Amino acid sequence: MSESNNVVASLERVTKKFGNVTALNDVGLAIPQGRVVGLLGPNGAGKTTAVRLMLGMMRPNCGRVTVFGGDPTNAGVRVRIGAMLQVAKVPETLRVREHIQLFSSYYPQPLTCAETIALAGLESVAGRLFGELSGGQKQRVLFALAICGNPDLLVLDEPTVGLDVEGRHALWDRVRDLVSRGKTIILTTHYLEEADALSDRIVVINNGSVIAQGTPGEIKSSIGGKIIRCASALTAEDVKLFPGVLQVRENRGVLNIRASNPDDVVRTLLSRDPGLCGLEVTSTSLDEAFLALTRPQANPVVIKEEVYQ
Amino acid sequence: MSSSAFPSSQLVAPRSSIRVSPYLNEAWFDLLKMLRLPMYSVASIAFPVMFYVLFGVVFGKQGSGGTDVARYLLATYGAFGVIGASLFGFGVGVAVERGQAWLQVKRASPMPPAAYLVAKLFTCMAFGTVIVLVLMMVGVTAGGVHLSMLQGAALFLVLVFGSIPFCVLGLAIAYFVGPNSAPAIVNLLYLPLSFCSGLWIPVNMMPHFLQRIAPALPPYHLGQLALLVLGYGRGTIVNHVLGLLSWAAIGIGLAWLGFRRDEQKTYG
Repeated sequence: MSESNNVVASLERVTKKFGNVTALNDVGLAIPQGRVVGLLGPNGAGKTTAVRLMLGMMRPNCGRVTVFGGDPTNAGVRVRIGAMLQVAKVPETLRVREHIQLFSSYYPQPLTCAETIALAGLESVAGRLFGELSGGQKQRVLFALAICGNPDLLVLDEPTVGLDVEGRHALWDRVRDLVSRGKTIILTTHYLEEADALSDRIVVINNGSVIAQGTPGEIKSSIGGKIIRCASALTAEDVKLFPGVLQVRENRGVLNIRASNPDDVVRTLLSRDPGLCGLEVTSTSLDEAFLALTRPQANPVVIKEEVYQ
Repeated sequence: MSSSAFPSSQLVAPRSSIRVSPYLNEAWFDLLKMLRLPMYSVASIAFPVMFYVLFGVVFGKQGSGGTDVARYLLATYGAFGVIGASLFGFGVGVAVERGQAWLQVKRASPMPPAAYLVAKLFTCMAFGTVIVLVLMMVGVTAGGVHLSMLQGAALFLVLVFGSIPFCVLGLAIAYFVGPNSAPAIVNLLYLPLSFCSGLWIPVNMMPHFLQRIAPALPPYHLGQLALLVLGYGRGTIVNHVLGLLSWAAIGIGLAWLGFRRDEQKTYG
């Protein structure tokens, strides 16, 4: 990546084990200043471990974790980091403003309570008990607790889980607002659309290793090809033998074909099945790229759709 | 919005000075949080007071012992009360916040880890203070108990500070039970232990085998220490202080084991 050589946080050859389980295996990762880096990977891939190491919540078995040039378990480093983690329940008998006051007190130079409330869009509920809030409002309080210390680095672990579309877009806007103020953001998410919309750089982690990193565009092009969708009498088994087909998925008669030479594949499809309909050719979405990257099988492969639905 | 407050990414020097503000805020908001939770605030104060009124004051007046009963049971129900506030405050309070990952959010923040424990200790001792004061008021007014200023002060200090080992034991419990089972498990330990330690009925009125078991139980030592202040009780002060300290040490050891066990469980 060329845009920034000012690295805010990094993992160098980091390995982290829990008993027999290796959560991260010799991972290298660099978070450039003022950027949004999206960490993607299936559950158990090691994203959360990477995040926790950078938050100083644990130490690696070997390798080095550096944040702002120091050790993130050091208190002087930690006051420059804000985090929004997934949590089942927050104490419900404190008011929104009280939660913010408490977390602000952990930081030497926090925003004022009013600034935090405005940034998180909580003006109308600041005096309510946490237990009285809706799901979206609760999520915004957690966001407020992450930003109240005016941190330079913000870690968001699946920040939009449980939000409706409107809430999700509002949170994206808030994240973009922070980026425009020069904040660095690490984001883990299951919504690939979210990583695509927000990240300058995406790191794909699977089985404890970084398997790809780059801009969303680079990630998409690294697996190449386009996606062809159509309803056809042909089976996935037939289509996967066509030259240039990388991957085929089939769901109730609809084929989902990733191909390196879509023009040729479409011609072959139409000649083999005159009744073919609903033809659609699109660029690889991040979802497709993600699935292709995290799946170990050799190409071309046939995947039944229900496997991941 | 003060945009000037934004980035400055020079290297950080280790900060050595301890900031008091997180400790004060943590303590205040923890107390506020618990006060607004009737399941804790009402129950931890009402139960010992109710028991004391029934067994110490109402029953006591019918027997021949009279004010002696009320005086004796003031010490043991005082111990019962502060132990409850500690075991529930820590045992259930920490188990719930740990089990629901709220503790993780706190640990990801720059909160000094000690602030969390100090705040909980402060909350438990604040509730202990209220419990002991209410019991004393009931004892003196309704039960006709005579206490010198010195005895009152000594009883108060013994009970409130004697609750600390039970905070530690509560913390240990919190690391081994889930958030949903915590209240039941704490009750299953708290009530039988209190009974067998002679906090409800004087030790020498209990069956012999229980009398022999009692000295092995932590609440026994706090009960006897409180009784010694009022001129009852058996054993020596040193004896019971050592008993409480050993249980505190066991609690610290268990809590540490539980904490380590927890650390090994989270990955992904």
